[in-house]
Amino acid sequence: MSWTELVGGLLVIAGMPFFILGTLGLLRFPDVYTRLHALSKADNVGLGLVCVGLGIQSGSPAMMLKLLLIWVLMLVASATGAGLIARTALARGIRPWSP
Amino acid sequence: MGLVGQVFDALLAIALVWLAWQATRAADLFRAVVSFIVFGLLMAVAWVRLEAPDIALAEAAIGAGATGALLLSALDRLAPRRGRSWARVWRADARTWVLWVPAVMALAGALTAAAWQLPAPGLGAVATGALEQSGVDHAVTAVLLNFRALDTLLEIGVLVLAAVAVWSMGPAPAASAPVMPSPTLPMLGRTLFPVFVLVAAYLLWRGSHAPGGAFPAGAVLGAGGILMLLAGAQPWIRSAEHGPWRAILSAGFAVMLFAAIVGALAGGAFFEYPAAIASHAILVLEVTAGMSIALLLFAVYLRGEPHPAADTDRQRC
Repeated sequence: MSWTELVGGLLVIAGMPFFILGTLGLLRFPDVYTRLHALSKADNVGLGLVCVGLGIQSGSPAMMLKLLLIWVLMLVASATGAGLIARTALARGIRPWSP
Repeated sequence: MGLVGQVFDALLAIALVWLAWQATRAADLFRAVVSFIVFGLLMAVAWVRLEAPDIALAEAAIGAGATGALLLSALDRLAPRRGRSWARVWRADARTWVLWVPAVMALAGALTAAAWQLPAPGLGAVATGALEQSGVDHAVTAVLLNFRALDTLLEIGVLVLAAVAVWSMGPAPAASAPVMPSPTLPMLGRTLFPVFVLVAAYLLWRGSHAPGGAFPAGAVLGAGGILMLLAGAQPWIRSAEHGPWRAILSAGFAVMLFAAIVGALAGGAFFEYPAAIASHAILVLEVTAGMSIALLLFAVYLRGEPHPAADTDRQRC
């Protein structure tokens, strides 16, 4: 096994807990704002690790750049989407959860 | 990979059936629409598993993306309505259980039996064998724009009809302002639109030798237009300027029909291009079809015939 496969595989595996924790947050957090917080942060870190890992595994700079572009687009889209959902929820009068 | 792949496929199939049921029978319409969008995304994954990335691209962009946005905006304009409870669904629709469920099961059984009897390798070998005469290096593009170009012509025809039907419903309603305007959305639209154009051009160029082509490219460009519309840009199609837009809307269908008829008049069959110019003909068809598809999806999303807005001094994009 070459070092690119090893490092790439480790990065992809390192990304998995972020997805699991993000999903756990989506299922267990009390209201829409905290759920957005869990999803838009954790999942994007996980996706970044997976993209970098796959890019290193592919061994081609062009593929690496395409995967990084996908990650950057996802970051921008999910940040905007999360902001829109939170704003709409606020405007509809959904109050943030307080313990 | 064998066992893991089989388990994954089985889960995918179960999830697809469940989501299809949710999309058609869910008591809550919002839930139904979201189920439909997720169904489109998982369907794209299923196409990837079947090694058909071309269809996966089109399914994700058109089935989940453009149709999902259309359904959500339609939902926004519907009067809020009390959802049907599950009990009522089960009780009131006796006809569903007596008539439709057996009929659908019988149809599914017949289709499965028919699919089972298809010749095993299919027509893949024939298409690959004739690839040299088609003018392109990618078998799917050769099938879509040369061997079975008639199917593509009719598909674009369906889109043109849909746009005509939507525009004939009446003038386009003014875009509803968001409940709480977000500064990031117009910014996102402006920043990302060049990326949409770039990706569409890339997919169009890729179509000649790899998965891509007019439908995914058109869908991506159309989605970019829809994003601009959502971000508050004024649609730039106005009745005073209908001329050129109508031309582009119909160009894909018209140019394909023209190519088919010229081929027939030149002594060949319907849609038979001379081998010498086949590659150029397909390039022209692909570019016009891609632009038409993009604008047609956008035109459908306008939800009516565009008209000169009163506030023409607003930003035009």
